Amino acid sequence: MDGREQLGLLRGTGRCAPFSETLAGADKGPIRAEKIDILQLNLGTRCNLACGHCHVQAGPRGDKAMSREVLARCLDLACDGEVSVVDITGGAPELNPHLEWFLGEAGALGKRLIVRSNLVILLEEGYERFIEIYAKNRVEVVSSLPDWRAARADRQRGAGSFDRIIRAIRLLNERGYGRESSGLVLDLVHNPAGAYLPGPQKALEREYRKRLLDDHGVVFNGLYSITNLPIGRFLEYLVRSDNLVDYMADLCGAFNPAAVDRVMCRTTLSVGWDGSLYDCDFNQALGLPVRRGMPGNVADFDPGRLREREIVIDNHCYGCVAGSGSSCQGATVS
Amino acid sequence: MGGYYDTEDLADFQNIAEFANEQGEAFFRYYQAALGEGALTEREKSLIALAVAAVEKCPYCIDAYTTKCLSLGISNDEMMEAIHTGAAMAAGVILAHSTQMRKIVKKKEM
Repeated sequence: MDGREQLGLLRGTGRCAPFSETLAGADKGPIRAEKIDILQLNLGTRCNLACGHCHVQAGPRGDKAMSREVLARCLDLACDGEVSVVDITGGAPELNPHLEWFLGEAGALGKRLIVRSNLVILLEEGYERFIEIYAKNRVEVVSSLPDWRAARADRQRGAGSFDRIIRAIRLLNERGYGRESSGLVLDLVHNPAGAYLPGPQKALEREYRKRLLDDHGVVFNGLYSITNLPIGRFLEYLVRSDNLVDYMADLCGAFNPAAVDRVMCRTTLSVGWDGSLYDCDFNQALGLPVRRGMPGNVADFDPGRLREREIVIDNHCYGCVAGSGSSCQGATVS
Repeated sequence: MGGYYDTEDLADFQNIAEFANEQGEAFFRYYQAALGEGALTEREKSLIALAVAAVEKCPYCIDAYTTKCLSLGISNDEMMEAIHTGAAMAAGVILAHSTQMRKIVKKKEM
């Protein structure tokens, strides 16, 4: 399904008012950007896994990859004083041939550097070296681990992936990642392995910490609890399992006006593999670029205009404002 | 009007204060206080709630608390164990009432 088809499905689920109406009813619309604090780069759609919740539908056949030219331009943008975080995602970022060079350059900028890795890639031949590259550049590693039990995690990420992730965490721990005193940060992401919303982040973090240490002897810094947005492969699963209507009703029913004030798109600018600009990685996956009239590509980046842009919204946005809110940094409302 | 139990009616739970607002609001305050984290964790209370839901055969509550348990990361085994606890309790309650039957039998038989 392309983005247009996905949005058509989300608009037609009946029990949900259009997101724009719900926002207006809560006196929370339109949503405007406030600053560009986080520059999030999607390096492409190639991945060694094909996870069931992947909103960009990445996989081994993904053929989009950010070029060195676009990455170089992103380095220029990252030099902007307002940007404090460079957040790298994919696909599997490690499969982009320019990642090592980029991290070397970006590491010198003194910004917070995040790489969203599936960790499984770090066990594949030729990619183990990234553990050292990450450590050298003080990269914060973030990885999705849907559950602390293999069966549930594997249902979402593929058979055998849980054991490989644990092995990779062990290697990262040996290098100092996830250990309080090292300054090397390893954060995990909990995505529900099915058609339900995540529970309280703090409680889940406690459970993950205990179970992963007791059962596997591994440690991490923090847990982000992220709601699965009903797009991409997760949307296909919802349709296939006849869960879409109920899931959308759960999202709308959990609409939290306080979470609207904390949505990540207010402080994030997302860059696609070809340099196109988006309000967030989800809009990017749906092919919804920044609002018409705004600079649409890194080539004509204009922070003055972009930092106050109106955010492009649709019904998938219910996912970021349900319950405790959700963002790439986890829950947004305590 | 459709059947007596409709999945969509679960969403109507928030409206049960209708027609008796004061009592309804009082119930909701009590419900939140009873189900919220206290000396018992939200996890423990959700499993108790699921067991009660199954014993009371309430499809709405079973739906709501199964989903809640999933959200809290509770395993399928733990949920089933909670329901077995409820089932064993219900069976025990019934069997405990056999005392009445046995007493009457012993009184009335020659």
